[in-house]
Amino acid sequence: MSRSPMRGGKAMSGRPPKRKMEKGIMGRTIKAVFKCYPKMMTFALICLIINAVISSIPSIFMERVFSVVEKALKANGGWAEYGAEITWNMLTLIGLYVVSLILGAINNQLMAIITQGVLKKMRGRMFDGMQNLPIKYFDANSNGDIMSYYTNDIDSLRQMISQSLPQLLNSTIMVLTLFFIMLWYSLWLTLIVLGGVFFVLLVTKIVGGGAGKYFVGQQRAMGKTEGFIEEMMNGQKVVKVFCHEEAAKADFDKVNEHLYDQSNRANRYANMLMPILGNIGHVLYVIIALIGGAFIIGSVSNTSIGTAAGSVSIVFNIALVVAFLQMTRQFCNNINQVSNQVNSVVMGVAGAKRVFDLIDQQPEADDGYVTLVNAREVDGVITECEERTDVWAWKHPHGDGTVTYTKLCGDVVLDEVDFEYEQGKPVLQDVSIYAKPGQKVAFVGATGAGKTTITNLINRFYDIADGKIRYDGININKIKKADLRRSLGIVLQDTNLFTGTVMDNIRYGKLDATDEDCIAAAKLAGADDFIRRLPDGYNTMLTSNGANLSQGQRQLVSIARAAVADPPVMILDEATSSIDTRTEAIVSRGMDALMHGRTVFVIAHRLSTVKNSDVIIVLDHGRIIERGSHEKLIEQKGQYYKLYTGAFELE
Amino acid sequence: MIKVLAKSVREYKAASILSPFFVALEVVMECLIPFIISKLVNSIDVAAGATVKMSEIWMYGGILIAMAFASLLFGALAGAFCAKASAGFAKNLRKDLYYKVQDFSFENIDKFSTPSLVTRMTTDVTNVQFAYMMLIRMAVRSPLMMVFSLVMTFVMGGSLGWIFVAVIPPLALLLFLIAKKAMPLFHRVFKKYDNLNESIQENIRGMRVVKSFVREDYEKQKFDRAATDVQMDFTKAERILAWNHPIMQFFFYGVLSTVLFLGSYFILRSNGATSVGEVSQLIVYGMQILMSLMMLSFVFVMLIMSVESARRICEILAEESTITSPENAVTEVENGDIDFNDVSFKYSAAAERYALEDVDLHIKSGETIGIIGGTGSSKTTLVNLISRLYDATDGAVCVGGRDVKDYDLTALRNSVAVVLQKNELFSGTIKENLRWGDANATDEELVEACKLAQADEFIQGFPNGYDTFIEQGGTNVSGGQKQRLCIARALLKKPKVLILDDSTSAVDTQTDALIRKAFREYIPQTTKIIIAQRTSSVEDADRIVIMDNGKINAIGTHKQLLGTNSIYTEVYTTQNKKSNDDMISGGGDNE
Repeated sequence: MSRSPMRGGKAMSGRPPKRKMEKGIMGRTIKAVFKCYPKMMTFALICLIINAVISSIPSIFMERVFSVVEKALKANGGWAEYGAEITWNMLTLIGLYVVSLILGAINNQLMAIITQGVLKKMRGRMFDGMQNLPIKYFDANSNGDIMSYYTNDIDSLRQMISQSLPQLLNSTIMVLTLFFIMLWYSLWLTLIVLGGVFFVLLVTKIVGGGAGKYFVGQQRAMGKTEGFIEEMMNGQKVVKVFCHEEAAKADFDKVNEHLYDQSNRANRYANMLMPILGNIGHVLYVIIALIGGAFIIGSVSNTSIGTAAGSVSIVFNIALVVAFLQMTRQFCNNINQVSNQVNSVVMGVAGAKRVFDLIDQQPEADDGYVTLVNAREVDGVITECEERTDVWAWKHPHGDGTVTYTKLCGDVVLDEVDFEYEQGKPVLQDVSIYAKPGQKVAFVGATGAGKTTITNLINRFYDIADGKIRYDGININKIKKADLRRSLGIVLQDTNLFTGTVMDNIRYGKLDATDEDCIAAAKLAGADDFIRRLPDGYNTMLTSNGANLSQGQRQLVSIARAAVADPPVMILDEATSSIDTRTEAIVSRGMDALMHGRTVFVIAHRLSTVKNSDVIIVLDHGRIIERGSHEKLIEQKGQYYKLYTGAFELE
Repeated sequence: MIKVLAKSVREYKAASILSPFFVALEVVMECLIPFIISKLVNSIDVAAGATVKMSEIWMYGGILIAMAFASLLFGALAGAFCAKASAGFAKNLRKDLYYKVQDFSFENIDKFSTPSLVTRMTTDVTNVQFAYMMLIRMAVRSPLMMVFSLVMTFVMGGSLGWIFVAVIPPLALLLFLIAKKAMPLFHRVFKKYDNLNESIQENIRGMRVVKSFVREDYEKQKFDRAATDVQMDFTKAERILAWNHPIMQFFFYGVLSTVLFLGSYFILRSNGATSVGEVSQLIVYGMQILMSLMMLSFVFVMLIMSVESARRICEILAEESTITSPENAVTEVENGDIDFNDVSFKYSAAAERYALEDVDLHIKSGETIGIIGGTGSSKTTLVNLISRLYDATDGAVCVGGRDVKDYDLTALRNSVAVVLQKNELFSGTIKENLRWGDANATDEELVEACKLAQADEFIQGFPNGYDTFIEQGGTNVSGGQKQRLCIARALLKKPKVLILDDSTSAVDTQTDALIRKAFREYIPQTTKIIIAQRTSSVEDADRIVIMDNGKINAIGTHKQLLGTNSIYTEVYTTQNKKSNDDMISGGGDNE
């Protein structure tokens, strides 16, 4: 059951042009379903097929019963003589019905379980796969786009698995069964029906195609309207301040009118399809009746499989034509069903394709083999141990089978590093940086100078194009990514908190941290004070990225989160940008304590934050143009001096 | 709720009425068609006469085809009107919602978050549109179909019609029970489903955090738990709903067998007075009746599901703007005098703490006032009262010597220009954005304002100059450029009062000083209020107001405050640590 039934149209816009690909996707979807529930699905399928076949044969029994009735009337016989034969036919029919009912019910129940199971599995596969995708993927795709895999596409997949495919299969089987029954009865009449079917398919293609086109248009208009509304709602306060309400209304009316137009057309076509198809069925019915009638009058001889087998009358009679009429009706209904389902199957396939696209994304490669282990240092010799010792070491297995251990200190060296996000657009060129354990290194420079890029390379969100980065003397390409990142604490400008309590959010840095550990970390980050003043203190629930906190408070919590992880190296990327200078002065003591004894990389807009760094590196267009301590750089009277004296704007 | 929503039908009333009207005609046709079909079958039926009456077949065939075309026409018209009515209704709803929000005060806007407003105008409206389509087509069609078909069964089948009458109540009851049982489950699971999607969104947004802390496996487990929970609930609800079909089938088969059996019996008993055609069409009617019931239960479920959306829409439509222009409003602001007369303010009546307490502040026209204070000291709150973005809880705020509540809102806000802390540019050219300040401004005026705001230089540097297209949210200009464009936009209003709420934080100190110099020289009559983080931005102000915890801590000039006021001195010294005469660059949060 869909919450927003019109979503489907969106998937249609992604309709793959190649039929072959559709088949591949459909096959893959079906395979995935079977792989998920091999026994259940097979059983459900058997139920469905038998049920479909049984559902198509009541007309046979109707024909038989009416034949008997006709015979009785002709012979002027009564119920007494022919009742038994009728009853017998009826009992067989009821028997079949009971079987059909049971199978149908089982099928429905199984499909409910299977659908949700498969969806869960697909969601899980998408999500698990997504966790292992490189950051590059998330930079290249917008959140909204990725989200629509989980909403729109999963929704059309659900529609396909639970409704479209089974119904299509069911209708197809019924159509086939009926087709054979019809052939059994009369070849000529069947051919006429086929002619009608051809017409139905033609109409479906024209009208259905029109609906499809406008549904795509509607979806596009919807997207545009949504974008417009979003922009205006975001800037609503500006609209108020500028008394721009009337102009904003006029702009909206234009967008809204277009959406109405597209929506109206799309739905008009879609709404008209059913009455048209249904009534073509009626016309076909009349044609069969006319021809059938004429055949009866003319005692035209009948040709069919049945006549060949000798079990169907070789001349047209009433029972035959009546039964055939019934079949025509059923046949048309099912053809209509098929034409209706084809559209949603196409949508489903488009959705499934996108789901598989996400699953198929290449995960983040990791060839690292150096791992981080607990260690004990006795007389300068490092040995690995199981328990937590607060001493960590890099375990470095070599090609010759030997294993060496290097103590984790936090010594980071960048050696002539080049990097580009896009081919031909170098972001970093020839960057060399030496950070000794315990040092504070600051990056200063305009937006796009490459400050954040450097930190992205140290934790291997991106891999360098040329040069080397060494961590405690080990090339970071050899270090397992998970272990490398565990040894780095990062606080980003855009804080991301998760739904949960403040305590949960701090504990995210170290899952086995006790409450005391978390509170200690919060105190270190200078966050304890405001957290205690929240309604429920550390147990205050944070929702939608901590909407109930100010940006500065969110930054404090995320600093505490990094602090509890207690890594030897920390990267602070504009971590205090939203904390006002006055609060920062208070926090800075905590920050100093936090940074003590760690290698720290700081990126800050505010020069007061970086002044006391051991080294300040000034970047410009991906190159280091100045480096040195604050005093030294001021003395040089270079770019840093200009920035510091306000002669230059950081943009 | 229905009353509130119905107001949005308006010009689509005709279509909304015509749609069910044609549905009714279509249903009548559809119900008569099987009747004619039975006549047709009868004319083929030899037992009814000596031979097949070809002329009768032609006649009934002709009628049938005519009726089929009529039915097609009515059906198509119903579909077209229905599409028009529902799409139009949705359009009006969106429009009403949007217009309503335009009239909202800041307080109203704060009450509904931006994403929630967007959802209400998009997803919720779409849901209601679908429900409306159901309502004027399916919800009309199904009961009519049922009634007409029932009538026809009696017309044709006589006492056999009772079989259907007998079947409807238990079937309806069962379908109703299923819907009733499944509904709360669906409600619950949809909420969980929303939460699941929200947590996915959170995960995507926080991917860098997830990866930095190597929490991929933790996230997977967390997701699996939530997804399993959703799966369980969904399965439960879907399984209940899955009984709909077998139950329908059961009744359908039951009716079919009974009619077939009793029909044959009656034909033989009456010696052909009841015909084969009639019995076979009775079965068709039976199918129609049961299908309508099925549709009805579906419509019922869909309607209930859209109730939540309808409720959320009505919430907006029913919301009254908390700030409106008074009657006989004053339309002229005399000068830039501003007076806070013992003003106190809290954001909601329920709030424990006042955001502003006992503020008494008098500003003369043309003065430049700097405001300094820590986060949460209510600097923004204070200036928001001047252009009546919020109303003071106690005391009065006056502009040009009159209470702001006396002014026409447009007149007041055109005279009091505010550059908001969270300033926004809109997608469109720079010119278009600037003309928000004055729709009739000439190109020269635009350039002049931009020169004052020190924006002209960088705009001229763009390849397309003033016709440069600004992306949504102003993402293709830097923070400092955006701020200067916003200042220029405000200057174009030629206001009597200009308020800059932390609007130069990303602008370098030199440019910042140039902007202030331009203010002094070119708009001396305008009252300027500058909220800033760095003391350098307010040093040369006529007076500096120090805010602390919603109260005025001190007022004075830079010289008076430095050394005597502890807050000001502290802020000043942290920003000028070590080298006293150097100024600090940056401090912005929107690099």
